[in-house]
Amino acid sequence: MNAIPNQPLLEVRNLRVEFPTRRGTLLAVDDVSFHIAPGEVLGVVGESGAGKSLTGAAIIGLLEPPGRVAGGEILLAGRRIDQLSYDEMRKVRGAQIGAIFQDPLTSLNPLYTVGRQLIETIQTHVKLTAQQARTRAIDLLKEVGIPAAEQRIDHYPHQFSGGMRQRVVIALALCANPKLIIADEPTTALDVSIQAQIIALIKRLCREHGTAVMLVTHDMGVIAETADRVAVMYAGRIAEIGPVREVVKNARHPYTSGLMGSIPSVGGEQGKLTQIEGSMPRLTEIPPGCAFNPRCPEAGERCVVERPDLLPAGRSSAACWLYDAAGVGRKLRQPQTVPEAVNG
Amino acid sequence: MLAFIIRRLFQGIIVMLAVGLVAFSLFNFVGDPINSLVGIDTPLDEREKLREQLGLNDPFPIQFGRFVLNGVQGNFGLSYRMSEPVMRVIGSRLPATVELSLVAAIIALVLGVGMGVFTGLYPRAALSRIFLTVSLIGVSLPTFLTGILLILVFAVWLGVLPSFGRGDVVSFGAWTSGFFTSTGLRALILPAVTLGLFQLTLIMRLVRSEMLEVMRTDYIKFARARGLTDRAINFGHALKNTLVPVITITGLQLGAIIAFSIITETVFSWPGMGQLFIQSVQSVDIPVMATYLVLIALFFVVINLCVDLLYYAVDPRLRFDGSKGGH
Ligand SMILES: Nc1ncnc2c1ncn2[C@@H]1O[C@H](COP(=O)(O)OP(=O)(O)O)[C@@H](O)[C@H]1O
Ligand code: SF4
Ligand SMILES: [Mg+2]
Repeated sequence: MNAIPNQPLLEVRNLRVEFPTRRGTLLAVDDVSFHIAPGEVLGVVGESGAGKSLTGAAIIGLLEPPGRVAGGEILLAGRRIDQLSYDEMRKVRGAQIGAIFQDPLTSLNPLYTVGRQLIETIQTHVKLTAQQARTRAIDLLKEVGIPAAEQRIDHYPHQFSGGMRQRVVIALALCANPKLIIADEPTTALDVSIQAQIIALIKRLCREHGTAVMLVTHDMGVIAETADRVAVMYAGRIAEIGPVREVVKNARHPYTSGLMGSIPSVGGEQGKLTQIEGSMPRLTEIPPGCAFNPRCPEAGERCVVERPDLLPAGRSSAACWLYDAAGVGRKLRQPQTVPEAVNG
Repeated sequence: MLAFIIRRLFQGIIVMLAVGLVAFSLFNFVGDPINSLVGIDTPLDEREKLREQLGLNDPFPIQFGRFVLNGVQGNFGLSYRMSEPVMRVIGSRLPATVELSLVAAIIALVLGVGMGVFTGLYPRAALSRIFLTVSLIGVSLPTFLTGILLILVFAVWLGVLPSFGRGDVVSFGAWTSGFFTSTGLRALILPAVTLGLFQLTLIMRLVRSEMLEVMRTDYIKFARARGLTDRAINFGHALKNTLVPVITITGLQLGAIIAFSIITETVFSWPGMGQLFIQSVQSVDIPVMATYLVLIALFFVVINLCVDLLYYAVDPRLRFDGSKGGH
């Protein structure tokens, strides 16, 4: 696949994911649009339940029923992949989009050696003999930093530590050299002391292979050190998206400003994302207007009736009426310590 | 691994000794064995002599030890009813029961696993619903009723299959087999279906629920995310992970099939060990009853041992972790 220069590798346009339930349809991902350039690392942050995992699952075509893509388009190197048949999409998964999940302890089949799982994956996507595939599997294990790979390849998952298993998982995701990796909280289940190593490994491998990454995490420190751009999600929508330095230093959306109040360092104490009062509404209770309005110190009259789309805000974009010429209208709350950037 | 097998063998021996004790007690608690051996008019001193000869006056542990020693050598005495060595009586019935149980077990296993996998993979399919409904009937109908219904339909109404007996058999030394004659095979169908139906539904429901569970696990999701084919995921990854519980239950059910054959053999007048046991109970033929008990226990112990070995073959976590011998 030769990407045309300047063409994004992944483009998500107006993605909607919904769950039909007895009490009506829940909209879990609401009109999400973003793109990832070849080789770029896009960080995705947001509280638990913001819709990060569902966005990733929708991209690789593995939403679990009854969840379904209800609207929008997903393009990989210019080709629409959201309407492919199951078998066509199966060939995209693993070959062009790799995935890494949260829990390395449960991501590997306990009954097979890691070698068997690697070789099976390699041979699914690449025409290689068993011996060639085994050689490639050993190379991959070496590349992800597994010592004595020639011996370890014949070991079972339970013979590896958590960090080592996550390395095996990364090797599995890289089997067919995909152009994009979706890493959904790849270090959350790991020991704090190992998290930084795994993040560094993903960063190094993707730089060396030119692989783009959608890195989902709720560790802002990881994002700050790893990502090129960052998308902040709130209640199924993107609240703000922009270059990582810009979003971290000059948060535009009041929700992002709240988040940035607590950047934990990589490998350090895992800080809570929310310093903001209250909690994210459940899907059934999303208020009209801006979903953040019940918690927003800047909320105005307009925020409770009209929903903001992403608006240009400095070098970023933010879904907030503060960046609309007409503003938020009369303030609902007493102004508190106003983030300076918001006035810009 | 070796230590584990030895430990299991040791446990098996303990179980066998316990069952042997129960079997042996039958002799002493159900009447005086001398009465079964001699006529009513035998004088007391002759009875006493016989009692001394047979060692019935020895202390209990010595008598039990002798029973065990004889039993290990396959010597369980004479049948009261037939005055023949018990092992010969039972041996002549063993092939009928083993063949019946084997066919029933194969039916239960093949269809049970097949239907279980299907209903687990495609829970919404119409066929899955049909399987589940039918299996509810299979679970709730008692075996003798299934047998009688089958006889009613296939032997009485349709008249296509025999309702009793084993048909013609072919002898191979001490073994008699119904597998090689058409009457033998036809006679096998109804009793084997009757005996296997309950286990079939049980295995199917177990495989189904295990399959549903495994399909939700992270490693199946990750296998999908790597683009593996459905065939590799369903049969390579999912099915193998359902095997451990399926092996356990199937092993236990195999023992149950042999034990439950008592009912089926009675319904179909099948000339096997189960029928022999019922006849022995009716005529208080203690040696035969005791031996049957020991033999069934032996089946269970051997099957359990095989199950444990299969675990080792399937699950590497047991193989490598010496500290966790059990499961
Ligand atoms: N099967 C489901 N049925 C109904 N709602 C669901 C289902 N799966 C996820 N959701 C909802 O979708 C929302 C987004 O979930 P998710 O993408 O997993 O969030 P996160 O950002 O933590 O990864 C959550 O509010 C969750 O409650
Ligand atoms: S639109 Fe209004 S409520 Fe929403 S974040 Fe901006 S100021 Fe706050
Ligand atoms: Mg998630």
